[in-house]
Amino acid sequence: MTDVGRHPNIKLLTLSEVVDVSGYVGNFTAKILKKSRYVDEKECTACGECAKVCPVLRPDEFNVGLSSRRAIYIPFPQAVPASYVINANECLGYNPAVCSKCIDACTKKCIHFHMSDEEIEENIGSIIVATGFDLYEPKELEEYGYTRFENVLTSMEFERLVNAGGPTQGHIIRPTDRKPPKSIGFIQCVGSRSLKKGGAYCSNICCMNTIKSTLVLKEHDPDIDIKVFYIDIRAFGKGFEDLYMRSRKLCVNYIKGLPGSIYELPDHRLRVAVENANTAKIEQYDLDMLVLAIGLKPSATTRKLQEMLGLQLTSDGFFLEAHPKLQPVDAATRGIFFAGCAEAPKDIKDSVTQASAAAGRAIRLMHKGEITIEPITSEVIASQCKSCGICVEVCPYNAIVVDRQQKTPAQINTAACAGCGTCAAECPFGAIVMNHFTDAQITKQIDVLLQKDTKEKILTFACNWCSYAGADYAGVSRLQYPANIRIIRTMCSGRVDESFIWHAFKKGAPVVLVSGCHIGDCHYINANHWTEKRLVKIWKKMEKMGLRQERLQLAWISAAEGIRFAETMKHMERLRQSVTTEEIGQTIEILNKIS
Amino acid sequence: MIKDQHALKEGTGFKSVSTLPRIGVYVCRCGLNIAQTVNCAKTAQAAQKLNGVVIAKDIGYACSEPGQHEIKSDIEKLGLNRIVIGSCSPRLHELTFRKMLQSVKLNPYLLEMANLREQCSWVHMTDKEGATQKAIDLIEMAVFRSSLLQPLYENTVPLTKRTLIIGGGVAGIQAALDLADNGYEVILVEKKPSIGGNMAQLDKTFPTMDCSI
Ligand SMILES: Cc1cc2nc3c(=O)[nH]c(=O)nc-3n(C[C@H](O)[C@H](O)[C@H](O)COP(=O)(O)OP(=O)(O)OC[C@H]3O[C@@H](n4cnc5c(N)ncnc54)[C@H](O)[C@@H]3O)c2cc1C
Ligand code: SF4
Ligand code: SF4
Ligand code: SF4
Repeated sequence: MTDVGRHPNIKLLTLSEVVDVSGYVGNFTAKILKKSRYVDEKECTACGECAKVCPVLRPDEFNVGLSSRRAIYIPFPQAVPASYVINANECLGYNPAVCSKCIDACTKKCIHFHMSDEEIEENIGSIIVATGFDLYEPKELEEYGYTRFENVLTSMEFERLVNAGGPTQGHIIRPTDRKPPKSIGFIQCVGSRSLKKGGAYCSNICCMNTIKSTLVLKEHDPDIDIKVFYIDIRAFGKGFEDLYMRSRKLCVNYIKGLPGSIYELPDHRLRVAVENANTAKIEQYDLDMLVLAIGLKPSATTRKLQEMLGLQLTSDGFFLEAHPKLQPVDAATRGIFFAGCAEAPKDIKDSVTQASAAAGRAIRLMHKGEITIEPITSEVIASQCKSCGICVEVCPYNAIVVDRQQKTPAQINTAACAGCGTCAAECPFGAIVMNHFTDAQITKQIDVLLQKDTKEKILTFACNWCSYAGADYAGVSRLQYPANIRIIRTMCSGRVDESFIWHAFKKGAPVVLVSGCHIGDCHYINANHWTEKRLVKIWKKMEKMGLRQERLQLAWISAAEGIRFAETMKHMERLRQSVTTEEIGQTIEILNKIS
Repeated sequence: MIKDQHALKEGTGFKSVSTLPRIGVYVCRCGLNIAQTVNCAKTAQAAQKLNGVVIAKDIGYACSEPGQHEIKSDIEKLGLNRIVIGSCSPRLHELTFRKMLQSVKLNPYLLEMANLREQCSWVHMTDKEGATQKAIDLIEMAVFRSSLLQPLYENTVPLTKRTLIIGGGVAGIQAALDLADNGYEVILVEKKPSIGGNMAQLDKTFPTMDCSI
């Protein structure tokens, strides 16, 4: 930590928040608001004379309120920067006439009430989001009595209690009588793995944290009675099982089941009722203290940053990576990376690993001093654009801007565009050209493939990353399917324009298949959602026109699903055989009448 | 949030492409991988008749050194400006062939591939006629598409070698040190008065059971 404060290449801005980011990969500009500390952090030696004279007492956040601090304070002894700070809302002497005792106490004269907030602008090439997590607050879980019973603590409060630098110098005491507890219970998954309260996900660290705490407790007092109430113990990491076994060997009692209710007895002990899944009985335990293994939830600032940086979130509210297996630290927006619990709950080791990976990815991007922009991007034909803004809405990368009030044509930032082609497919005015996958190029392919033996042909659109790769995989596995399939490759299924489909049917195509990555696996974040919406729209139109909807198929096929691809092809062939020459003729007639 | 900086750099160093396509078609036999199912000679002959095709031939291994050499010398001798290669999947060798075009100063995006192996010969092994007809179609689709291809140019923009790290917990700290030790400037932004994050509050930590800071 201290290395960060000293490193010549690191500019550390504490009490600071990013308020705006503009630009694009390689060339971002960030506005940062640095709040005033009222103490010159370079001059302060952290002698602490100021805090001795400060008359204001407040709960100490670092000790989760288990001790108190002054209005001028150092967050914790090892803080970086090693400097005191004044909480202006608490300080009396913000107006020196009232107090200003600390100013007099500071011999180095580094306290300045007149300091003001600063806005700093920085140019940067890449961004790493490492905003971590917030702790779940167990207040809403009434049954555990956190707000009612003093002897119910959270795991973080417990951490402070066993910490030698904490409010009790590491002595574990029961809050009501300040005596060492003889028995203690841990309740797992508080605010995790629940559809009702907290998050539905596993918070990853709390099983191991509890196991750790049981070992610490047994070290303090080998005779202490410990009960752990759990759903299942997740000790999957390296060395984790060892710790779990050690804890069990020390006679920690693991009870499968979460307590249904907790009552306080007159002597402030807690009566826990739990249905033990192993004995199938309701059991009752009286314990001196209870610790809630609270879950990790997304940092409160996540949403703000998500909007500012154009990022995506998972349904749990953590940041969504570009690909869960292959790009676990990249954001879908180029030049932005994730590290630590901002992406998902994880322990220190995984946070550090991911941080090093993120740094490596950032270096990989920046080392040349310039970035290459792929030419397979889309382009707006300004004269055709009506500034409707649809493209802005569909672009998964926020690569398009349009001023709808001013009616200026849409502009595509090619550095941010990933080339999915969804905008080109969705623009109602044909104002977007997707380079290398233009309307003219694709329509030509359709024309050629349908010019002979039209009735026999199966037109398939396949996306480069999943379904086309799945077709390749079918080949590698030598899976056989009918030879009348003709594939047109696009980068993304999102590129498959409605007009391509009508064009194909008008040219006499018996059946058409649109295929792409499974929902959630799209190489272009969520572009295939638009594919799906588009097809639903087309199906509705087909129904109205009296066309058999079945003739247009949508299939999600991953790169590993060679079998599924081959099966889909066989299915398409059966479907094609059901289409008669008359039906095709009627379709052409109907479609010609409309346009 | 995004500024426009769109301007495709008109490439220097590439041959200018006249509007009249001069297409070279190469049907790769891939040893026997393609040839045992697809009649490659017949496929090439069919391609020879198409509009704009200057030369069409079957070839042993298009991706090999001699294969590439043959194509490159055709490009130079015959002034080809579009190349169609019927071979394995573009997911395998598109980059190889793009580089080949580039090496003879032809814009790499004037390449079109037809997938005659993974999506034809290997999946229709018992239907040689059907496979050959499919190959002919795929090549024809590729030829017509190729005549509509436009040269495209990669663009480079300068970049600022500095990283903004938002959040000074253990993750932010580690990333900052890795970058800084590699000589990159870092702006580390932390909303609280000290860095350290949640980890600073911990006592012993699993799995090593030692202190956190
Ligand atoms: C009770 C408990 C016990 C644990 N015990 C262990 C253990 O024994 N072993 C182990 O490996 N792991 C343990 N963990 C997990 C460990 O705490 C995390 O893995 C680690 O803290 C994650 O680090 P981080 O940097 O991702 O996030 P954090 O530690 O949450 O740091 C994020 C930082 O970003 C700052 N920030 C947030 N938003 C912004 C913003 N918008 N602008 C600027 N700054 C911002 C925050 O103030 C904070 O300083 C425990 C966790 C808990 C809750
Ligand atoms: S780590 Fe354990 S206690 Fe935490 S949510 Fe997952 S299962 Fe529950
Ligand atoms: S969708 Fe088309 S018309 Fe609408 S703003 Fe975008 S480019 Fe312009
Ligand atoms: S092609 Fe895709 S990524 Fe590029 S601007 Fe259009 S919608 Fe956005």
